[in-house]
Amino acid sequence: QGLLRRSVSHSFLSFASITGACRAIQKLTRVRVVDNSALGNTPYHRPPKCIHVYNKTGVGKVGDTILLAIKGEKKKALIVGHKMPGPTMTPRFDSNNVVLIEDNGNPIGTRIKTPIPYILRQREGEFSKVLAIARNFV
Amino acid sequence: INSDGKPAKFQPPPKPVIIDKQKQREERRFLSPEFIPPRGRTDPLKFYIERKDMIQRRKVFNIPEFYVGSVLAVTTADPYANEKASRFVGICIQRGGKGLGATFVLRNVIEDQGVEICYELYNPRIQAIEVLKLEKRLDDNLMYLRDALPEYSTFDMNMKPVSRLDHEEIPVNKLQVRMKPKPWSKRWERPKYNIKGIKFELPEKKMKEAQKWSQPWLEFDMLREYDTSKIEEKIWKEVNEELKK
Repeated sequence: QGLLRRSVSHSFLSFASITGACRAIQKLTRVRVVDNSALGNTPYHRPPKCIHVYNKTGVGKVGDTILLAIKGEKKKALIVGHKMPGPTMTPRFDSNNVVLIEDNGNPIGTRIKTPIPYILRQREGEFSKVLAIARNFV
Repeated sequence: INSDGKPAKFQPPPKPVIIDKQKQREERRFLSPEFIPPRGRTDPLKFYIERKDMIQRRKVFNIPEFYVGSVLAVTTADPYANEKASRFVGICIQRGGKGLGATFVLRNVIEDQGVEICYELYNPRIQAIEVLKLEKRLDDNLMYLRDALPEYSTFDMNMKPVSRLDHEEIPVNKLQVRMKPKPWSKRWERPKYNIKGIKFELPEKKMKEAQKWSQPWLEFDMLREYDTSKIEEKIWKEVNEELKK
């Protein structure tokens, strides 16, 4: 019922944030999958949630890998943008964006329409395939 | 000779109206808000030294006049961007900070995703600031655009600069923005934010309830007054003299 409070898109997976002040991504944050993979785009009665952050601190920023629970499955994902303001001159997005990824780092989708921050280009080695499918950079 | 056949009365030519553009331009002064020091007990020497550094940077790099609500295009040097420079176009929603740490936040909606970038005015990484549309809005903080419909924050990345004459006054855009359904990130209807640029479509009962949080005594509080007119005059003279050298 809380999900339907702000009906934004035709699907009942509302991509607009529901909670007020959001910080960076940690366990149990609802995220938005931005690639065109089937797993990320088929509607489900529960939004994809983060269940683990592969980090010393449990807080994930841009470029960190997290474990997502989508459609009853566990999948790794890469954070490409969050609501928390980061260092100056870096973009701050209106939603917590995430790209689904395999264990070896290959993205599952084939296209990313939403803008990706340029900072990710720093780690070209690990994320080269994700950056290759990205269309817009900010 | 008129169509009546009678000779037409001599009409002298209209007197030429001389618009002294120089005078009009000087009448309108703009001092960037980060030059005005905040109220406090710090030594004015600190602000003087900072102002010298700011003027030094402005001599090398042109920071144009802009207000909250104007559309800007900023090119930054980025080692990770192709062509080593990244360009971002957006509406300025907030100008904060004083001195060299002055910042401004640009907002745009790209591919249905709202993006905000906080730039530092005096950061050497900034290569160009271009004002595409110079205008003011009814408020000097447009943070409510985050909760407004996305059409009010979308600006074309390849927008052409809107031409305007030099001596004209800055236009105030009296646009009233329509909001997404509640809940919002902040309760913008409350009098503490004093927002004039939103078209509240809330029921009368909610608007009256919001007025419960009004603090009408604040405008009469004399300790909160900070008259910057004299400080501005002094700093304006100082900055202009230095910039002309």
